[in-house]
Amino acid sequence: MSTLAAAVEVRGASKWFGAHKVLDEVDLTVCPGHVTVIIGPSGAGKSTLLRAINHLEKLDAGRVTVNGVLIGVREHGTRLKELSERAILAQRAEIGFVFQAFNLFPHLTVLENVAAAPVATGRATKTEARERALELLAQVGLAEKAEAYPGQLSGGQQQRVAIARALALRPGVVLFDEPTSALDPELVGEVLAAIRALAGGGTTLVIVTHEIGFAREAADRVVFMDAGRIVEEGPPGEVLDRPRHPRTREFLSKVL
Amino acid sequence: MTSDVSERTALPSAPADEHLLTARLVAPRRPGLWISAAILLVLAAMLIHTLVTNRRFQWPTVRGYFFERSILHGLELTIWLTAAVLVTGYVIGTAVAAARLSKNPVLKSLGFGFVWLIRSVPMLVQLLFWYELASLYPKLSLGIPFGPEFASFKTAHLFGGILAAYVALSLDVAAFSAEIVRGGILSVPAGQVEAAQALGLGRGRIFRRIVLPQAMPAIVPASGNLLIGMLKATSIVSVIAVQDLLYSAQLIYNENFQIIPLLLVATLWYVVLTTVLSIGQYFVERHYARGTNRRGDGFARLFRRNLPLFNRAGLAAGGRS
Repeated sequence: MSTLAAAVEVRGASKWFGAHKVLDEVDLTVCPGHVTVIIGPSGAGKSTLLRAINHLEKLDAGRVTVNGVLIGVREHGTRLKELSERAILAQRAEIGFVFQAFNLFPHLTVLENVAAAPVATGRATKTEARERALELLAQVGLAEKAEAYPGQLSGGQQQRVAIARALALRPGVVLFDEPTSALDPELVGEVLAAIRALAGGGTTLVIVTHEIGFAREAADRVVFMDAGRIVEEGPPGEVLDRPRHPRTREFLSKVL
Repeated sequence: MTSDVSERTALPSAPADEHLLTARLVAPRRPGLWISAAILLVLAAMLIHTLVTNRRFQWPTVRGYFFERSILHGLELTIWLTAAVLVTGYVIGTAVAAARLSKNPVLKSLGFGFVWLIRSVPMLVQLLFWYELASLYPKLSLGIPFGPEFASFKTAHLFGGILAAYVALSLDVAAFSAEIVRGGILSVPAGQVEAAQALGLGRGRIFRRIVLPQAMPAIVPASGNLLIGMLKATSIVSVIAVQDLLYSAQLIYNENFQIIPLLLVATLWYVVLTTVLSIGQYFVERHYARGTNRRGDGFARLFRRNLPLFNRAGLAAGGRS
């Protein structure tokens, strides 16, 4: 059974892409309000694990709970039955997701991007959603860009809008899938600053990233993945500075 | 820089640096551009000259029949037949596109089969098939498949020329628009749908609010083509004696033998309609260019860009557009 204490709990998660096993019985527990950073080489299954948490990726085995609620499935006797699309969408609204490629809607203004979901899901009136959106944009330092279109913003600004958009539904958990990997080096800092501002605010953050420096400074817990498994996890001081596993040491020696 | 180095690298005739800093930049001469433009202008002048001076065009007769009552009736039929065919065709076509993009293999295959069949048969043949449906199926019945029937109609009374034209042309538009809509939808990056799903938006809303607006820039130009093509293709109904614009003109010249002027009357009306539709397409395209940098094209700028010879700034811009 899932413990109520965990914000995100993954148990025995396995996933195949054809003959390739991208996730191999992964167990992960994320405490509420914590910042968990997942690191590891390309193809380690980091993004797949993250996407499984909000059911963008279906697991072949295992299960995910967020705040004690099974995601994407329900228990049906001894089996797990996939939920209806409507129920899955309702669950996703509780989980924010920030994509590597931003994926802002190019035909909507910045403000409309942020205000769209609360209105569409019936959680706020148009006026409420706009006010909340302006607040969030101010929080990421982009209030003056509210009427601009995403195509008129830099990559870093677009990703900050995407963060504001992910927060618009007041999710308890926000997932970040390599949020700075598509950015020019000088734009990475502003996005990391926006994420750092969320840490400690009660929102649970799970971040897949290659920014080891950010992990050391902002993470409560660092998870190192390789070949579909979690190799080791712990506080950043342990995993990053005194890794126990040779695979972790090898990876860190290459990226640091 | 030492004199030793500059002696080796500089060309003998190279001017000093100070000259280069103040020199005016001169664009290269393009004699080919001017010669080809001159040839085309002469050809255009010849065309206009012959249109005006050749008495056998009989422009006064053209003017006399332009607002003739039966011509206007034909025009009216052409307009509403085109509109009805386009609306019906696009409703069916969008459904077929959705079927082709669905995960259901039966729907996928049926969608593919429909497009394949309709695109394979010439439009004229389809039209004649529907017109001659009575000889293939003398009676149509409503009932449970392979079971009892509740009502039946004599096909001969059902399918007149106009209905046959409406059905045949609608199916034709459906097949072609299905491919246009499908292509437009495929042009929207998958990340857009994923982002909308991650925000908890439902499937219908994602299609209407996220996918369709972004598919439109790809759908509109091709649809403009299809619409204008169909406007003129409706003239095919003259073979089954539907009195559209062309057939109305033909009925008149069969009596008075003024073939050329009456063909010109019909042609000019088609030109007028096409012009209106082209202008409409421009505004629809501009509407869906929101959020892209293609928006700023005013009509005046569009014209200037297409007439680069009358505008030196446009000459440079013309190479890029």
